Amino acid sequence: MSVGHTLLGILEQGPRHGYELKRAYDEHFGHDRPLHYGQVYATLSRLLRNGLIIEDGVEQGGGPDRKRYAVTDEGVTDVERWLTTPEKPEPYLQSTLYTKVVIALRSGRDAEDLLDTQRAAHLAMMRELVTRKSRGDLTDQLICDHALFHLEADLRWLELTTARLADLGKQVRP
Amino acid sequence: MTKPATPPLLVADSIAKSFGPTKALTQASMTVAPGEIVAVMGPSGSGKSTLLHCLAGIIAPDAGMVSYAGQGLAQLSDTRRSALRRTDFGFVFQFGQLVPELTCLENVALPLRLGGGRRRDAEARATEWLARLEVGDIAGKRPGEVSGGQGQRVAVSRALVTSPKAVFADEPTGALDSLAGEHVMRLLTDTARETGAAVVLVTHEPRVAAYADREVVVRDGRTKAVEFA
Repeated sequence: MSVGHTLLGILEQGPRHGYELKRAYDEHFGHDRPLHYGQVYATLSRLLRNGLIIEDGVEQGGGPDRKRYAVTDEGVTDVERWLTTPEKPEPYLQSTLYTKVVIALRSGRDAEDLLDTQRAAHLAMMRELVTRKSRGDLTDQLICDHALFHLEADLRWLELTTARLADLGKQVRP
Repeated sequence: MTKPATPPLLVADSIAKSFGPTKALTQASMTVAPGEIVAVMGPSGSGKSTLLHCLAGIIAPDAGMVSYAGQGLAQLSDTRRSALRRTDFGFVFQFGQLVPELTCLENVALPLRLGGGRRRDAEARATEWLARLEVGDIAGKRPGEVSGGQGQRVAVSRALVTSPKAVFADEPTGALDSLAGEHVMRLLTDTARETGAAVVLVTHEPRVAAYADREVVVRDGRTKAVEFA
């Protein structure tokens, strides 16, 4: 998650104070992890340094809370580039789960148990997300859906790996 | 003193079932408490549908025992078992469960009519259930004239119209897209929880199983319940 790009995207809608930016961020994106003020101001000073935003007036009293920030043309171009560049798909092959399965097989432990325990933990998390989704608004639903589809992909991998344990065991056992 | 556990509504105890040379179930056991929603998961051909059919008394296991509310299903006569399926159980399948010649309303009223209910009462109750499943507006249409998601919500209405103690759902969202499937699952589980009906939900989709309270995994004809606290 790029906090800088997200703040730039919010500023595209119009100049804002630091605390307004934090509030807008937390409302839309901070469900699990609201931004710290320190993070807001550290990000803003980096964006200022890189010419992606400018100070757009200071109210009386001074201090960082009184400054208003506006996005520059370079800032808009940067947001545009961020939005149109796909995220790098994560390579899962070397994931912790794969490592655990191989270690279990090599050491003669029950890899199927390990996979079943993992799938139960995944499903427990999915149940939590489904409950949260049913109580939440559309934003909650979309965020939970994203997590649910990812967990489901993991579960498919767990199921397939369970079906392939015998073959995998032959390959990786010392 | 510990609280005594609620006696289970449904029990399958070490059941086995073969079809000719094919062993569908070799050693399957599970329980379902009253009002509990349990997902039965597993790969294709693992025996999960056979387990559901045995629990619902549709087929008899070759070995082991199935009981409902403390009563062994094998001890019941065929007539009594059929009556039980009509009065105490509801069913939702993936395809083809609605009678194409009847309207959606008549389909939902059917189990009540088969139980000897008067047409007016049956249709009034069916109307309530269609509205509850958010398909009140298609009551007069035939199954062929409605979408897959609407058809499944009609099927859920029909499964629940007799106020069953247990609903058996076999891949109820298997033919639906994600959004329609989710709608069906949300309404099915919400209404089951409101009415206190237990649900046995066979699915290979984790996102569908996530609507249940817990899951039982069937693999190569054997059940495996994995606890995760």
